[in-house]
Amino acid sequence: MKFRVLIALLALTLIAAACGNDTDISPTVTGDTAEDTADEAMEDDEEAMEDEESEEAMEDDAMEDEEVGTADADAGGDAGPDANAAAAIAESDEAQTIVSLSPTATEILFAIGAGDSVVAVDAFSNFPAEAPVSELSGFEPNVEAIAEFEPTVVYSQSPIEGLDALGIQNIVQPAAASIDDVYAQIEQSGAETGNVGEAAELVLQMQTDIDAILAALPERETPLTYYHEIDTTFFTSTSSTFIGQVYALLGLENIADPADPDGEAFGFPQLSQEFIVDANPDIIFLADTIFEAQTAETVAARPGWDQLSAVQNGNVIEMNDDIASRWGPRIVEFLQVAGDAVSAIEAVPAS
Amino acid sequence: MTTVTTRPAGIRPWWIIGAAGFVILASIAGLLIGPISLNRGQIILDVLDAILPGSIDTTLTEQQSVIIRNIRLPRVVLALLVGASLGTSGASYQGVFRNPLADPFLLGVAAGGGLGATIAFVFQLGDGRGVLDPVQILAFAGAMLAVGLTWVMGVLGDRTNSATTLILAGVAVASFLTAIQTFLQQQNSNEIRRVFAWVLGGLNTSGWSEVLQLLPVAVICIIVLWLSSRTLDVLSVGDEEATALGMSVGRARAIIVTVASLLTAAAVAVSGLIAFVGLIVPHTIRLIFGSSFKVIVPLSTAAGAGFLVLCDLLARTLLTPAELPIGVVTAFFGAPFFVVILRTARLR
Repeated sequence: MKFRVLIALLALTLIAAACGNDTDISPTVTGDTAEDTADEAMEDDEEAMEDEESEEAMEDDAMEDEEVGTADADAGGDAGPDANAAAAIAESDEAQTIVSLSPTATEILFAIGAGDSVVAVDAFSNFPAEAPVSELSGFEPNVEAIAEFEPTVVYSQSPIEGLDALGIQNIVQPAAASIDDVYAQIEQSGAETGNVGEAAELVLQMQTDIDAILAALPERETPLTYYHEIDTTFFTSTSSTFIGQVYALLGLENIADPADPDGEAFGFPQLSQEFIVDANPDIIFLADTIFEAQTAETVAARPGWDQLSAVQNGNVIEMNDDIASRWGPRIVEFLQVAGDAVSAIEAVPAS
Repeated sequence: MTTVTTRPAGIRPWWIIGAAGFVILASIAGLLIGPISLNRGQIILDVLDAILPGSIDTTLTEQQSVIIRNIRLPRVVLALLVGASLGTSGASYQGVFRNPLADPFLLGVAAGGGLGATIAFVFQLGDGRGVLDPVQILAFAGAMLAVGLTWVMGVLGDRTNSATTLILAGVAVASFLTAIQTFLQQQNSNEIRRVFAWVLGGLNTSGWSEVLQLLPVAVICIIVLWLSSRTLDVLSVGDEEATALGMSVGRARAIIVTVASLLTAAAVAVSGLIAFVGLIVPHTIRLIFGSSFKVIVPLSTAAGAGFLVLCDLLARTLLTPAELPIGVVTAFFGAPFFVVILRTARLR
């Protein structure tokens, strides 16, 4: 606790020292960064007074602060508005306007109560329903089109060139490699939008829900095997991917792991059809139910697939393509559906 | 290509035997080697049992038997058909246009097929339920439409209906359709992996239904093109000379181009864009066996079939159990092989 107060004070002092007597409060390039730092500093102060947060969440926050702190130190080396003015801006969160070019970032921002600041999203951000609808491209971002929404911050999966020159902050949240990365991104979004409390709450809720799902799983001697279908040409994901790690939490074994042992296909190899049929996975998860309209019936109709035990035992599980390809708060829903499928298969004691 | 040799046209018996042997050996290799290893003898017995049901007992499990009969066997057969189609149409195109760079995709078949398939992907037309896959229907329609457009533009642009005008019209049509296809693909980046996978070609999802779709078209078109090989020999002397010999050059070219395009489009619809086969196979045959199309066309059919089965064998075993796009294999192994043929033929 003391450590956190210390950091907060230190940050305030640094800003005060760096800023001098400049009283300009308009959000300029440097103003933005200073504002962020002050924002966090304020947040930290408030939080430091509260004793409600769980130990774990606090630890995560502390780590997050360190990361964000360094980033700000790099970016905001030069002078900005004075600390009082910056703090005044920080008090009103409306000052932040967000464009999110990542469906996952959009879901996180709305889940932590920062949705009001989101003015535009990319074409694939289709959740939640309250999210604005706009046709921006996250794949080939157009800086002019983004600038039209006059954002102060842009969330994206990879760095966007040209935003810097316009004084727009770019928060990059690449594909998560683990559940911990998801928590870190939620906390980062919380810190950046001034919704630290909501972010911590969301993380805690997710952790509790996931623990409950995992605790409900039956014990097994031999792990169940699975095949996660991304499309009908048999592209799949190995255990090295985020989604693969989610399945691994459930104690499942991925039939695709031998297909990309050294990560040459970045964890997304295309499998041979006869290999899948021969591997005969216990469960087939379909993540092509929306874009390719696959169902348990269409899988059963494929040549040779009616022989598979997953097909014969009704263990072809239709997943939501979107949830399966994102790393946001809804990963809990995903885990729930997959966990239910696992629980439905009776654990056979080892013979 | 325009050089006229006086070598007596005709195919020698041992060439036919050799070609048949190559196709049979490639097919057997394709059947015996795969991502999962099974007893080779049992595979042969199982296939024989599939041909003559109930005659032979094998030790394969029902599941292994299904893998051989419903996944591996149709894939080998489809590779044979697609390879034969691309080889034959490539040889015919090269003859009709008297152009060494001519290949089955010359008149916009690839661009049109790619656009059709992309439309099917982007608008999510495939529900996996129908007998015919919308991707295949649209790829076929797009390919034929592209050739039709090229033909109309070529004829409109030049009353003499010369080969060069057609080729240039094909370039224009292909660029135009590719532009539309790229636009659609960039607008729908979530489908980009499927589009790329289709463009690089593959037989991974094929089954007997694809074989049955391609088989009738392929057999009829290949026979027509074999019968047209004499016409190609006459055309090879030049348009004016062929006309002087009493041939209706425009009509002959129209028939052969239509049939070869139909054949290519049908193959593209089930396999995606497998590059290189239709270009390299006929050249290799000509360099080895001489320039008569009576030899080139049928031998290209056989060589294309065997070559594609072997390439598909590599595509599914090199990274096993992962797949390689077959277009990568045809180019990666075909190009160096072709350079060797080219050099040795020159030295002779």
